[in-house]
Amino acid sequence: MSTLTTTRGVDKAAALTGAPHENLLKERLFRGVLLACLVFATFFLVVLFAYIIIEGAARFDANLFLNQFSQISPETAGGQSAILGTIYLGLLVIAITVPLGTAAAVYLEEYATKGSRLSRTIDVNIQNLAAVPSVVYGLLGLGIFVRVIFGEPTLLVGGLILSLLVLPVVIVAAREAIKAVPPSLREGSLGLGATRWQTTWKMVLPNAIPGIATGVILAVSRAIGEAAPLVVIGVGLITFNPNSLDDRFTALPILIFDTAKRPQEAFQDLSAALIIVSLILLIVLNSTAIFIRNRYTRKW
Amino acid sequence: MTTSPNPTTGVGVPTSAPKTEGPRITLEHEEHGDRERAPMDMIVRTEDLDVYYGDFWAVRKVTMDVARNQITALIGPSGCGKSTVLRCFNRMNDLIPTARVEGHVTYHGQDLYAKNVDPVEVRRQVGMVFQRPNPFPKTIFENVAYGPKVSGVKYSRSDLDDLVVEALKGAALWEEVKAEYKDKSGLALSGGQQQRLCIARAIATEPEIILMDEPCSALDPIATALIEDLMQELVTKYTVIIVTHNMQQAARVSDRTAFFTANLDDRGQRFGELVEYDYTAKLFSNPADSRTEDYISGRFG
Repeated sequence: MSTLTTTRGVDKAAALTGAPHENLLKERLFRGVLLACLVFATFFLVVLFAYIIIEGAARFDANLFLNQFSQISPETAGGQSAILGTIYLGLLVIAITVPLGTAAAVYLEEYATKGSRLSRTIDVNIQNLAAVPSVVYGLLGLGIFVRVIFGEPTLLVGGLILSLLVLPVVIVAAREAIKAVPPSLREGSLGLGATRWQTTWKMVLPNAIPGIATGVILAVSRAIGEAAPLVVIGVGLITFNPNSLDDRFTALPILIFDTAKRPQEAFQDLSAALIIVSLILLIVLNSTAIFIRNRYTRKW
Repeated sequence: MTTSPNPTTGVGVPTSAPKTEGPRITLEHEEHGDRERAPMDMIVRTEDLDVYYGDFWAVRKVTMDVARNQITALIGPSGCGKSTVLRCFNRMNDLIPTARVEGHVTYHGQDLYAKNVDPVEVRRQVGMVFQRPNPFPKTIFENVAYGPKVSGVKYSRSDLDDLVVEALKGAALWEEVKAEYKDKSGLALSGGQQQRLCIARAIATEPEIILMDEPCSALDPIATALIEDLMQELVTKYTVIIVTHNMQQAARVSDRTAFFTANLDDRGQRFGELVEYDYTAKLFSNPADSRTEDYISGRFG
């Protein structure tokens, strides 16, 4: 068998099995750098989790959910009103953003004239609104909802402000979900004599639900972690549960903030335990989003 | 190809086609081996149909009649406007914001583009089957029941079921799906079955006309043959207008064929026009226009 050689006279077969090339070393180095970046990013997250769990595990008990916060007995104080307040806020945000966000997205995707000056202006501004700092929404809420309309920072005001805060995110997510419904389904529906309304309602929205739901849940998990806008509108520590939309309320981030800055060790532990509650809520919400996304994978 | 400026419109009109009585092309006589079904009844007529997309004058001066209970094929090279013309018959062009239609499309004497005409009602009477099978992500039953359900007519459960079964039978799909049509998703069917499901869906709304926009272009030869056989069944009850790229298909299935081509006007703008419209047997054996002859003999397109 004759040996194959390249034009430059190098033995091809020998080149294949030769000593590791410089390329291979570079490859390994690059891989190492990437891995280091990943470790750096996750290391602090893991440390944070570990610290919180070690600090808060002892206080993560029934008292946390059954008792109200108390300044005089930090060892048995809980955060019932704050936990309930946060859950109510989450539900309110869902109730407000789902219809508003979906309707806005349907208008922009299905009804507005694409590429018109108006729809382009709206488009850009929604993107901008999503980037506005949450404190600004707090100021808006203070100026309009608290001072002019409702008079005090009630549960409804909190829900409205957090809804406004995440509405742009919901609209963008809902638009993407609606855009992902193939045009051929719309054509098919309209071609069978369905009106635009029927097509939207019976064809587009049912197929966009998974995307919309995922967007809403992620938005809610952002909303219930917000403290800044609530602080600005004057939500304080309140040790009774809100019973109606007109009641004043408190929320987990507010209570966590309050307990964390107290010097006593017991309050610090309580704060860590409340953070665990917060994390559990977020994990549940995010898992639901992932579940929905996997459950309704694209069928076309 | 020879064109001369038309003194009234300034647009090039073909001179090679010997047209003695103006641009209207009406075929009202039974001849050339046409399907034996008399008296001939013209169900749709276009008169000087122009379609614009924004400033672009896409299709110019199309005048043709479509006979009831016959298969009319629209053929021609890409960009000749045949699909655009087809979409005028059920006002699907309305969905394109920039599209504008001038001239007349009359259906039973009613101008489909008159101001008081509801395009939704037009589409209930003129069904459509698209190029790529587009079953809804629902069960086979729900796919077929969709049209009746959106029609506003209240059907009882059993009436709806009868309607669906009839439509599936009418589309030659019933035997293949009868065991599981209420549970199986329309998307679980093969490509050819999906297209027949789309035909079943269209006939469930009890239209008079079925438009087919290259219904077999995404299908294999066996599935294509099934659909072509089905068309012969359908045409006993409905009027079928089909756009096809496939000349052999037009020759095989249709009674009348309209040949469109893409042309350049004086300003170098591309547009589609109707070149020749005749009985299929005549058009394919003895075309009147040299461009038709070039196309069907495979010299272009």
